[in-house]
Amino acid sequence: MVLVFAESPRGHLKKAAFEAVTYGKKVADLLGTSCTALTLGTVDQAAELGRYGASKVLNVADASFDQFDSQRFAAAIADVAKNNGAKVVIVSHTSTGKSIAGRLAVRLDAGLVSGVSGLPEVSGGQLTVKKTVFSGKAIAEYRITSPVSVLSLMGNAIKPDASGQSVAAENISTNAGSGRIRVKDVRTQEGRVPLPEAEIVVSAGRGMKDPSNWGIVEDLAETLGATTACSRPVADSDWRPHHEHVGQTGIAIRPNLYIAIGISGAIQHLAGVNNSKVIVVINKDPEAPFFKAADYGVVGDLFEVVPRLNEAFKKFKASN
Amino acid sequence: MKFLVCISQTPDTTAKISFSADGKEFNAAGVQFIMNPYDEWYALVRACELREALGGSVVALNVGPASNETTIRKALAIGADEAVRINAEPKSAAFVAKQIAEYARNEQFDAIFFGKETIDYNGSEVGAMVAEILDLPYISYASKLDLNGNAATFERDIEGGVEVLEADLPFVVSASKGMAEQRIPNMRGIMTARTKPLKVVEPVPFEEQVETVKFSLPPAKAGVKLVDPENMDELVRLLHEDAKVI
Ligand SMILES: Cc1cc2nc3c(=O)[nH]c(=O)nc-3n(C[C@H](O)[C@H](O)[C@H](O)COP(=O)(O)OP(=O)(O)OC[C@H]3O[C@@H](n4cnc5c(N)ncnc54)[C@H](O)[C@@H]3O)c2cc1C
Repeated sequence: MVLVFAESPRGHLKKAAFEAVTYGKKVADLLGTSCTALTLGTVDQAAELGRYGASKVLNVADASFDQFDSQRFAAAIADVAKNNGAKVVIVSHTSTGKSIAGRLAVRLDAGLVSGVSGLPEVSGGQLTVKKTVFSGKAIAEYRITSPVSVLSLMGNAIKPDASGQSVAAENISTNAGSGRIRVKDVRTQEGRVPLPEAEIVVSAGRGMKDPSNWGIVEDLAETLGATTACSRPVADSDWRPHHEHVGQTGIAIRPNLYIAIGISGAIQHLAGVNNSKVIVVINKDPEAPFFKAADYGVVGDLFEVVPRLNEAFKKFKASN
Repeated sequence: MKFLVCISQTPDTTAKISFSADGKEFNAAGVQFIMNPYDEWYALVRACELREALGGSVVALNVGPASNETTIRKALAIGADEAVRINAEPKSAAFVAKQIAEYARNEQFDAIFFGKETIDYNGSEVGAMVAEILDLPYISYASKLDLNGNAATFERDIEGGVEVLEADLPFVVSASKGMAEQRIPNMRGIMTARTKPLKVVEPVPFEEQVETVKFSLPPAKAGVKLVDPENMDELVRLLHEDAKVI
């Protein structure tokens, strides 16, 4: 059996959870087995996970899991994995998943590959999986040789597939011990898709000259339903909030579309964005290194090009 | 207070990455190595700041061969009081975690620090593994850490926000941007680093459960397609019809 931990922060299943279950179902098919989804704490519509491929949905409806503690989460997931004889345990490669994957590997005496980006190859019941390493500059292929495997799945690596049937969630209890972490507060930006989950990202750099110029970037993001990001110097000089900083020292993202505006494309910036499916670069300097990593490039003044691009997208949306 | 900071050595951020012909090994020839930035800038510096405020000691630990000692001396120059090198090639996250945990088990550290991930294998695995082996709380991606008596308060980065939390000592923490500011070692630090203790410990046995099949370089991009800046309708068309991302 393949067990997938489906994250439901503040009671809502995440997009990453749908991706993980879709992936888990495909791994289960490769192994000739079934996929079970597990949720912890209060969760709306856990039955939905059936539509993404889980043939069984388990929920530990214990409100103490509404606060994240990697120790208790890992204990609960490992407990369910053991009781159900899971051969593969899958979590999302998110702040939550990354904090429990290593713990699960220790608890289950399992080999771990974190941040996998594609489906495994299966031979003799063993999984061989790929992930990007060296901050996107290379790909590594690993074979897990232990009887149980733990994988964490990179965001946007697979498209959620909701073609199945919903499955009534079954309530179970687990033995997860008592926690030693007390969550005091959770502060999130409402309204926007968080950067790691965003499918379209509009990002801007020092070429913007001044924080008061960001209106054109926000307008473009608004039209596209995109999330905004920025380069490091922009965050460092407080032109934009720190959570927008992408790159080696910021966060690494892999949206379907990354639009880089007035960003030179330094190697440390690319390290966080070079796994985007499609990259568009807008820069007035034809020699900007970013053009080497781009799929589409526009050599021109961003203050003219960005509003023009926004109008073109609006026109496209109106006619589609 | 006794703090352990686990430091990793990684290729420099701008290093050109290549592999042996069979794809089995990283090609280190001509590559400049550095201390993993998250370990150095945030974890190590914050541990030193807390030691300066509260007293105690900071131990820097690296799992690696003797050639890593330049990096270890840098940690001492930045402010660690002593260092430990576990004499082995850091073959995998699980191997490194096992070595660190076995060393830390009997040392009564009040906190064990990691960087949020290494910039080479990008695993973010070791901290969680050490915490599990030692049965300790683990606070990952902490951008803020303060100690008050026997408790610690943290802010940790989560998708689209921050979580504020509290835990009792001892704990394991992984540091992200914001926890501290990078420190450049000064002359005095560099001088005293030469005479600070650096202990070498032999590794404990470990059985790998993950094998590297091979490394490869990503397929080269087809090359940029330039679009006339006057004609953004054309860019939209390409993104819709060719790239199919809108
Ligand atoms: C260890 C380390 C880690 C780092 N980590 C990161 C990281 O995580 N993320 C990150 O982003 N950087 C990081 N950096 C910094 C990185 O090296 C670059 O300095 C930074 O990315 C540059 O930001 P930028 O492209 O916004 O600015 P610049 O390099 O100044 O580029 C601005 C660009 O805007 C263009 N431009 C100017 N005006 C216009 C206009 N009117 N129209 C169109 N284009 C225009 C210019 O041609 C130029 O290419 C790191 C550096 C180091 C040493």
